[in-house]
Amino acid sequence: MKRRTFNKLLGAGLVAGAAPAIIGRAHAAGPLGVGFIYVGPIGDLGWNYQHDLSRKELEKHYGDKIKTTYVENVPEGPDAERVLADLASKGNSLIFATSFGYMNPTIKVAQKFPKVHFEHATGYKRAANVATYNIRFYESRYVEGIISGMMSKTGKVGYICSVPIPEVVMGLNAYIIGMRTINPKATIRMVWINSWYDPGKEGDAAKALFDQGCDIVAQHTDSTSPLQVAQQRGLLGFGEASDMYNAAPKAQLTSPVNNWAPYYIERTKAVMDGTWKSGDVWGGFKSGMMQMAPYKNMPDNVAAAAKAAQDGIASGAIDIYKGPIKDQSGAIKVAAGSTLDDKAISGMNWLAEGVEGQIPK
Amino acid sequence: MSFPLTTFILSIMTSSTPLLLAASGELVVEKSGVLNLGLEGMMLVGAVVGFAVTYHTGSALLGAFCGALAGMLLASVFAVLTLSLLANQVATGLALTIFGTGLSALAGSSYVGLAGPPIPILDVPVLSALPVIGPIVFQQNGFVYASFALLGAIAWFLYRSHAGLILRAVGDSHEAAHAIGYNVIGIRYLAVAFGGAMAGLAGADLSIGYNTNWAENMTAGRGWIALALVVFSTWRPFWLVVGAYLFGGIMYASLYVQGTGLAIPSQFVASLPYLATIAVLVAISRDRARIRLNAPACLGLSFRAAG
Repeated sequence: MKRRTFNKLLGAGLVAGAAPAIIGRAHAAGPLGVGFIYVGPIGDLGWNYQHDLSRKELEKHYGDKIKTTYVENVPEGPDAERVLADLASKGNSLIFATSFGYMNPTIKVAQKFPKVHFEHATGYKRAANVATYNIRFYESRYVEGIISGMMSKTGKVGYICSVPIPEVVMGLNAYIIGMRTINPKATIRMVWINSWYDPGKEGDAAKALFDQGCDIVAQHTDSTSPLQVAQQRGLLGFGEASDMYNAAPKAQLTSPVNNWAPYYIERTKAVMDGTWKSGDVWGGFKSGMMQMAPYKNMPDNVAAAAKAAQDGIASGAIDIYKGPIKDQSGAIKVAAGSTLDDKAISGMNWLAEGVEGQIPK
Repeated sequence: MSFPLTTFILSIMTSSTPLLLAASGELVVEKSGVLNLGLEGMMLVGAVVGFAVTYHTGSALLGAFCGALAGMLLASVFAVLTLSLLANQVATGLALTIFGTGLSALAGSSYVGLAGPPIPILDVPVLSALPVIGPIVFQQNGFVYASFALLGAIAWFLYRSHAGLILRAVGDSHEAAHAIGYNVIGIRYLAVAFGGAMAGLAGADLSIGYNTNWAENMTAGRGWIALALVVFSTWRPFWLVVGAYLFGGIMYASLYVQGTGLAIPSQFVASLPYLATIAVLVAISRDRARIRLNAPACLGLSFRAAG
């Protein structure tokens, strides 16, 4: 923390704030260097905060056997390539690129540094030294859907969406599928803000959705603004990526909590042992990578139903995308008796019945 | 469900107010002949200080005051650099934005994720019970009232007071103003400090009125929009209100329309405020005489007293 603070001060003082500061220096000899690159501020209390929490846990786990370095606020694009190359050339043997848009820069830099192990979160391009990892976020959306089905009086919930990629789409569908198991007439209204983090716009989106009669708002964006709008209006909502209870203690029902630590610890060990191999890991409730924040602001029976859904998904008893599932036009998308495999889920580009509006093209 | 006109307008007003506050301050600065591109940085510093003070004291009024003070302090740095040390205003303004962004992130790191107290609504009894008009005109938070009161005061100051005339004279010809004995640098110092205070107030509105939290970079470009608004209004206070509400309205409406599920691409709606600016700027640029009449002739030029 101290070092980061110092660097910010330095960055601000030198008017170099636009160029993300690199914190710490790792060396090839001595402790194993592990680098992290984040798309937003670790202070977002969402996605990046949670990655950094897991980084700290990793550091605690291995102590002085490793040395972690992180760079925050790195835009997806040429900057990412520069920062990744910088991390690789500074002696980090394992580098975690934690945003979808880092995919191509990671692949490109990995070619230049064949001895460095790269891990890219939420992507699908792999190489001999590039592995991918992700969390089944959609599992948590199904649980949110169950809670909404029981808690929403209007049967209409709002959903603040970030950018149109399958990860967001599968969450929307899992949500409405879960909600419709309780309330078959439930609908979702969407607002796309085309950004992962824009507190002002997220708050406005929440207001717009509440103004239209939604009484619960879920978000696939990272700030706490929507929950705070919900709290001001005496309505309810779900957090994102991290437990946001403190930001809106009267409004947060629960929040999906991303737990990357087990994966980071395991992969670091693999590099230490020389057993690291490229691969693809997609963890959910079962592996503990997906967790839910404590169920609050709801009656006990709702919390129990949510917990049951969570356990059902973990044990495999609940198969979220089991047919029959209709799309928005009413056409059968998944036939009765069949289900979707991981490939079909990860490429999802259609919206299920009950979601209103279109995916921005 | 019927169209919720009242809440719709209320939401637009809250999203327009920070723009109006910041732009009004910049108007005074530019009228004195100084171009301060550091609005975004001053707003962020105002936002973090405003939030921190409100969080600890529970007083939004004190928070707003301290936010304005913080904006003023940062603006003073700009004033020293550009007015006394004659640094380039454009470069210094940009640096101020970057500096303010970093400084606010540093100062605010321990306030991330905390919820501030809800801002009190100043309710005018009886009148606020009027349908539609009541809640819109008589039931707002202090920032909304302040934005109009301050802009009114600014308009009066600029065009109806002797001091305002001097300020405009300094902005139009600092040589002439200096020649007849006015303290050009001193007047500009005051204008820049005032602009900083307004930007700080706008930032405080973002973190304690519009939102009730602090987040890094929470202005998300509003400082730049406010800067564009000053040009958009061709430096006239009334048009500043029109511009701020046009922008605030379109920003909010673009989200609202999406929620209704209309088949309009969200990217298109999101680009509307900017398309609107371009259209209006083009329309304004066609009328050269009006621009020459209202634009401060010495905008962005450094002044050094001869001799």
